[in-house]
Amino acid sequence: MAAAMPLALLVLLLLGPRGWCLAEPPRDSLREELVITPLPSGDVAATFQFRTRWDSELQREGDTDHYFLRYAVLPREVVCTENLTPWKKLLPCSSKAGLSVLLKADRLFHTSYHSQAVHIRPVCRNARCTSISWELRQTLSVVFDAFITGQGKKDWSLFRMFSRTLTEPCPLASESRVYVDITTYNQDNETLEVNPPPTTTYQDIILGTRKTYAIYDLLDTAMINKSRNLNIQLKWKRPPENEAPPVPFLHAQRYVSGYGLQKGELSTLLYNTHPYRAFPVLLLDTVPWYLRLYVHTLTITSKGKENKPSYIHYQPAQDRLQPHLLEMLIQLPANSVTKVSIQFERALLKWTEYTPDPNHGFYVSPSVLSALVPSVVAAKPVDWEESPLFNSLFPVSDGSNYFVRLYTEPLLVNLPTPDFSMPYNVICLTCTVVAVCYGSFYNLLTRTFHIEEPRTGGLAKRLANLIRRARGVPPL
Amino acid sequence: MGLLSDPVRRRALARLVLRLNAPLCVLSYVAGIAWFLALVFPPLTQRTYMSENAMGSTMVEEQFAGGDRARAFARDFAAHRKKSGALPVAWLERTMRSVGLEVYTQSFSRKLPFPDETHERYMVSGTNVYGILRAPRAASTESLVLTVPCGSDSTNSQAVGLLLALAAHFRGQIYWAKDIIFLVTEHDLLGTEAWLEAYHDVNVTGMQSSPLQGRAGAIQAAVALELSSDVVTSLDVAVEGLNGQLPNLDLLNLFQTFCQKGACCARFRLQPQDWTSLDGPLQGLQTLLLMVLRQASGRPHGSHGLFLRYRVEALTLRGINSFRQYKYDLVAVGKALEGMFRKLNHLLERLHQSFFLYLLPALSRFVSIGLYMPAAGFLLLVLGLKISSLHEAEVGLEEPGGVGFQGLTAGGMVVVFGDPLAPGPISKSLCALQGVGLASLVAPLLISQAMGLALYVLPVLGQHVATQHFPVAEAEAVVLTLLAIYAAGLALPHNTHRPLSCRVVSTQAPDRGWMALKLVALIYLALQLGCIALTNFSLGFLLATTMVPAAALAKPHGPRTLYAALLVLTSPAATLLGSLFLWRELQEAPLSLAEGWQLFLAALAQGVLEHHTYGALLFPLLSLGLYPCWLLFWNVLFWK
Repeated sequence: MAAAMPLALLVLLLLGPRGWCLAEPPRDSLREELVITPLPSGDVAATFQFRTRWDSELQREGDTDHYFLRYAVLPREVVCTENLTPWKKLLPCSSKAGLSVLLKADRLFHTSYHSQAVHIRPVCRNARCTSISWELRQTLSVVFDAFITGQGKKDWSLFRMFSRTLTEPCPLASESRVYVDITTYNQDNETLEVNPPPTTTYQDIILGTRKTYAIYDLLDTAMINKSRNLNIQLKWKRPPENEAPPVPFLHAQRYVSGYGLQKGELSTLLYNTHPYRAFPVLLLDTVPWYLRLYVHTLTITSKGKENKPSYIHYQPAQDRLQPHLLEMLIQLPANSVTKVSIQFERALLKWTEYTPDPNHGFYVSPSVLSALVPSVVAAKPVDWEESPLFNSLFPVSDGSNYFVRLYTEPLLVNLPTPDFSMPYNVICLTCTVVAVCYGSFYNLLTRTFHIEEPRTGGLAKRLANLIRRARGVPPL
Repeated sequence: MGLLSDPVRRRALARLVLRLNAPLCVLSYVAGIAWFLALVFPPLTQRTYMSENAMGSTMVEEQFAGGDRARAFARDFAAHRKKSGALPVAWLERTMRSVGLEVYTQSFSRKLPFPDETHERYMVSGTNVYGILRAPRAASTESLVLTVPCGSDSTNSQAVGLLLALAAHFRGQIYWAKDIIFLVTEHDLLGTEAWLEAYHDVNVTGMQSSPLQGRAGAIQAAVALELSSDVVTSLDVAVEGLNGQLPNLDLLNLFQTFCQKGACCARFRLQPQDWTSLDGPLQGLQTLLLMVLRQASGRPHGSHGLFLRYRVEALTLRGINSFRQYKYDLVAVGKALEGMFRKLNHLLERLHQSFFLYLLPALSRFVSIGLYMPAAGFLLLVLGLKISSLHEAEVGLEEPGGVGFQGLTAGGMVVVFGDPLAPGPISKSLCALQGVGLASLVAPLLISQAMGLALYVLPVLGQHVATQHFPVAEAEAVVLTLLAIYAAGLALPHNTHRPLSCRVVSTQAPDRGWMALKLVALIYLALQLGCIALTNFSLGFLLATTMVPAAALAKPHGPRTLYAALLVLTSPAATLLGSLFLWRELQEAPLSLAEGWQLFLAALAQGVLEHHTYGALLFPLLSLGLYPCWLLFWNVLFWK
């Protein structure tokens, strides 16, 4: 399963040569929301979303020019408070009011999952798209570990998770809401209880399943005014069983197989657990050049049979310039595991090209899977402007399937590494040994040895040699 | 280098080597043995020290206090195991999930090439259970493994209990940067092998197993735990892995540090002694010999041994409960393990700073490769000296006039491996070899190699034929076929070479045939021993100690029966038998002859089995490499 998503940076250079407008256009009011979802494992996921829009004068020039399309990945990023602080400063209320008061670093970095993102995109302002707005959307998802933060209990409250409660809405926000997933909440109120009781609920189809959310609107004065703070709590009356959580329809796993420092194999397992629907998946792989891929070893098998991809785009690597790029469209049969594997050879780097800790290994960026996954429940097309923000995280193309993008694990591959612990000694010693050995062996192998015969030739031979020397012929 | 390129000086040197050959050989052999014995004394042995920065200076505080919990888990596990008669997979899955791990199982099956009588198994099928503790906010690129092998004879229930209690404790901590895999394997090493092969998605030994559902990146280090009692007097640490591979010395240092810190008595084979008195070095020698014997056997001494193939540094901790006053409970062991895992968690790179090749006279002392290699070097020098003297004698025979004594060499090895295009002495000596030897050498070489091949292939292949015709079980059949082929090899070759060699035997050089054969055999032996000593010093040294004198002495003149007896006593099989006696003697549990023979038969069967199940290389090495080579010397001895 894609356990953690690295910070992937998708840079879309959409701007024309005109560049940015200098005068700052008026900011659209802010929409912010927090979605809290209790997970089947007992952990709690919290997703913040902040959206700001500008009505700018910038125009797009026709279609996207693919020449300017770039894709870059940093396979490893250690998350820390330094990632959070500049991100928070982009928010209009910073962390003074509204939902952002909950963004306290000491709690957010005690979680078992942390993902932070910034999206910028143009949005059409009218149907004909004659003018556009720019949208800045910031998302932050964390998963609180029930074992660590809840001491084994699965009940949670805002205060227990963030060590803060909500006090007042951000004055700049046009919408400020908290959604709590209470799908398992039923009429007779047996399994769980939310406090304060929600005034309104919202139903939608998210990732192919029907979900019910309780809504707490911070702009609703009744919500805050009672006690000057809002601490949403959830109590399980009948805690969920300790079962293995249900598996999603599409998930993937990636690993390096083989041993030794010469060869290896990159394997990606794609699981389609849908009982009867097959669907295509677009697999995008970028592999650094120092893993030399053997493309002829690319095999794709599902259910024991070869699976031919309907589209392959391969761009070979250039040493020190460009990584391998492999893109494939693969049809995943229903209820199957598809294995995509390709063999590689580990290259020897130049000794200055090793990272400071070369024995740690080198990272290989995750593969990216994009798919339209069939949903169980048919979704109605919705009006994006009216529905909550999180809805647009999972866009539905038509009613029967939804879009998913998955990132697999990054990989850590060891390359053949020289012993850097005493390079000086090693270099000196090898140079000396090579010089001494080579010189003497070369000498021994190329020189011919003659035993000097004692001079027994006498006068006749000496005379003959004198004549020979005069003639320019080698002596006897 | 003027010494070698100047023909006059070279001749002088060669004459010296030739004249003083026998004393030099004896001196070199004695020096080799003496060097090895001297390894336990302080200038050659050093105190161990931590090289890895990430594990050295950082302090960790162990907080594990789940002794009661571990014992409760162990009792439950033992009860469930007794009830089901196999590994209680469902219970383990439930318990691991309840302590908050991500749990997966893996089933495997393996049909052994023949029934394993010591472990009483043939068609093996089992299930491994493992739980992964995911490090928070990390991307599962690296992991550590804590494994407990459960077998039919070793239940290890306390180890399982401690593993679960540690898992529960670790799950509550927030400092993990690497995932931790808690692995319980069935059928001890077979289960571990199946899991490792599936984890790395390779198939080395023909194991059938289900693919793994969950992985956690590159494994950085592993610790195997074997405990069968609630209290221990000491922890024994096993480092020798498959084919004599050893883990990085830092892992051992880490264990030692935590044992000292937690006052948890650690030991390596024997109880530690004061090094300043005479007893210290003597016991060091005993420990060193034990380690050499274990490493030479090339078998994995604990399930950690199989991890080493995948470049995962690993060791096995074995709880020993003997009759002594002071005992440690599971909390002490748990604290040591917690400390080790926390420090391993700090690692930025794979363990690589310290030694990979070392010998241990005690847990806190080591001998590095630079200091022990001369011992093997001196022994191999005997072969080098013999080769050079034989070669010179051969060239001397070729040109009896004595004028052509120019065929003098820069030491035996250079001549033998020199470029055949090089002019002068080398090509001449090769011509001599070709002219005299090749025809007569082909037959014994081929026959001895064929015997080796038969020794390697036939026992397992022909077990069913043997069981049909003789009243023996499969395992016995394999061992007896092995011995039969081995003994048959002694009778076969020297009968067949005669008609072939008659043609070339000339009146002027009757010795030429056997000398050529001995020369080839010596080179073959020197090459093999050199390669073995580089990869597995212990095995190389042990074989060199036994095989070199007999190989140097073998010739068809003189006291032949004495030579024959010596050669038989130093054959690979006899070395194995002798090693078994020495092994038990060093453990202060001497063997009687009958017991020794039984143990010898069991060891043969185990050796063949381990080759097929784990890919141990000792059996093919002995049967395809050293046994044919030894047969060549036997051939030389009975040359007519």
